[in-house]
Amino acid sequence: MTTRRSFLKIGAAGALLLAAGGAAYRLTHPPAAPQAFVLDGEAGAVLAAILPAMLGPVLPADAAARQAALDGVTSRVLGAIHGLPLGTQKEVQDLFGLLALAPARRLLAGVSGSWREAAPEQVAAFLENWRHHRLGMLQTAYLALHDLILGSWYAEPSTWAGIGYPGPLKELQK
Amino acid sequence: MTNLANTTNIPIAAAKGPVPDPIQAGLAAGWRVTDCARLNADLTLEADVVIVGSGAGGGVSAEILALSGLRVLIVEEGALRSSSDFNMKEAEAYPQLYQESAARKTRDKGINILQGRTVGGSTTVNWTSSFRTPDITLAYWDKQYGLKDYTPEKLAPWFGMMEQRLNVMDWPAAPNENNDLLRRGAAKLGIPTALIRRNVNGCWNLGYCGMGCPTNAKQSMLVTTIPSALTRGATLLTRARAERFVIQGDKVAQLDCVALDASGHAPTGRRITLRARHFIAAGGAINTPALLLRSGAPDPQGLLGKRTFLHPVVISAGTFAQRVDGYAGAPQTVYSDHFLHNAPIDGPMGYKLEVPPLHPLLLATTMAGFGAQHAAEMAQFPHKQVILALLRDGFHAGAPGGSVALDGAGAPVLDYPISDFIWDGARRALLTMAEIQFAAGAKDVSPVHESAPRYTSWAQAQAGIAALPLKLLATRVVSAHVMGGCAMAGDERQGVAGADGRYRGLANLSVHDGSLFPTSIGANPQLSIYGIVARLASNLAQQLTGKPAAIPVRT
Repeated sequence: MTTRRSFLKIGAAGALLLAAGGAAYRLTHPPAAPQAFVLDGEAGAVLAAILPAMLGPVLPADAAARQAALDGVTSRVLGAIHGLPLGTQKEVQDLFGLLALAPARRLLAGVSGSWREAAPEQVAAFLENWRHHRLGMLQTAYLALHDLILGSWYAEPSTWAGIGYPGPLKELQK
Repeated sequence: MTNLANTTNIPIAAAKGPVPDPIQAGLAAGWRVTDCARLNADLTLEADVVIVGSGAGGGVSAEILALSGLRVLIVEEGALRSSSDFNMKEAEAYPQLYQESAARKTRDKGINILQGRTVGGSTTVNWTSSFRTPDITLAYWDKQYGLKDYTPEKLAPWFGMMEQRLNVMDWPAAPNENNDLLRRGAAKLGIPTALIRRNVNGCWNLGYCGMGCPTNAKQSMLVTTIPSALTRGATLLTRARAERFVIQGDKVAQLDCVALDASGHAPTGRRITLRARHFIAAGGAINTPALLLRSGAPDPQGLLGKRTFLHPVVISAGTFAQRVDGYAGAPQTVYSDHFLHNAPIDGPMGYKLEVPPLHPLLLATTMAGFGAQHAAEMAQFPHKQVILALLRDGFHAGAPGGSVALDGAGAPVLDYPISDFIWDGARRALLTMAEIQFAAGAKDVSPVHESAPRYTSWAQAQAGIAALPLKLLATRVVSAHVMGGCAMAGDERQGVAGADGRYRGLANLSVHDGSLFPTSIGANPQLSIYGIVARLASNLAQQLTGKPAAIPVRT
């Protein structure tokens, strides 16, 4: 599942595209005083595609329960991003903005169709590739997604029974 | 009679939960506390001494100066939270109590830094480990940095005073299993361990120190020195970011601050101007150098913000057959300094061994991998045992620390390169920790690294770790101890501050926090800051009042 595909091996052309992608994104999103992160349009599709691959078997099998879990973790990821300094929120915004651009999706992430149609194995291969990528920028992007999504998953008390954690002392809850 | 209506703009609420809340009680009793997020006009205030930061350095300074009769004003970037807010939930605590939601990072994002950002600073969220500055560190400071008065003998009364003040005690309860596995594994290998002293009073042994003590047992600045200073009439401003000292000639004329909104991220537009006879920078070893850089403080030798130390930490996770329950019980009670002492201090990098508390969010973000791999690790949560190695930086040319600079918006950025010298220490530490965990009976051990498998025997781990490519981002490196950047030294060519904490070239500015340290400490730094700052603040109080400083005592 995690074999690297040739199109994922970014050379100089890929690095140029990365820069160009960033430039294109910035052209359409001119600099301003840093704003709070917004999960707009295609960025929402990016996150929706990444969540199941990052979380894997902890997601419930039942369709309705699964959707409820995904809705919950999506809102917690947003909350976690909003807890970051505005400058960092801007970096996360840029990451989602970049991934939402079709050329970056194809060439940097190796996802050929749209994010909405991406197969879980395809997304997992993308994550695995960025996880071990020689470009530090892509590694840090993977690690940001890792921390935001997995941290947000286990922030939720309903996930604790699954890992044998009883939670803090009930008597001291306010 | 104080006009209570005018002393705070924070709505006073009854304590929530079964535990009395000394902060709410203090506000009700008339403490002067202004939440600057609520300001609807600019503010100008004057005091004898303005202190930036309410953590270990700011808290100790505030109490001694206020008890000595000086009018003290404390500026804190974080909010005032107390036991009524401390719910032992990571999702609430990290955004509320830590710099950058506990995700502050170095420039290349290779090192994650835990630092407090709330009244009490990191002391509100630390794990209570209390060590005097090691003798070998002080000897090195004397020899290399001309700090003749920093001998163990001369500092002993100051450490003693703060140990009494903050109830630093031998911890009477048995170590939890997470700590005891370090003790048992090390004992099997003939590696000595010892027990950690803690600054607690009436501790319930819960294990949630990192989320703010819900029972007020931890003797942090939040429940000790800050309340004492406020009771003596000090003023506290919260959600106020110190922007710059306005320098005129060889003096600081005023401190300009901006009010932050309730999220703590964006300025509200309200400005605060603070004037004083004397100013103390105590914002911690990232924010203090940044404030001084923004202020254009004199720095003829180019030393400001340089030699910032982190005790870079590498991590080893083991799985045990029995439950370890690393979330329960006093988080840090066992340590080993064996690998700080088995070579010269300026030789190959030494490391201190401790364990961290294990809570779901922190463990989930720490453990490598995703999907099925990560889920399999988390499924073992109650059986996980984790050891940390704190690498002692600053004593060798191969570990000169990092440097703090400013980004385009004036925010601090810490650059901390990791040299081959440091990676050598990291590799030896990962080997040591794995060997201890297998000796303690671990079923498997894995260094926290993107490419490390779960080794199932010491022989396998030994070969695997020896060959593991250690690089930033692939290897998890974290820090909870930021030190240096405004080093004190006998010679102006070695430090921007003198041995008395006075900033060179500015007659009315002192630095009173861990940024003074010319090297790392080689131990959890809180007691080093308490003891050293107690002496600095007492001398300052005497100079400002002409009378001997008051001695703080536990009430």
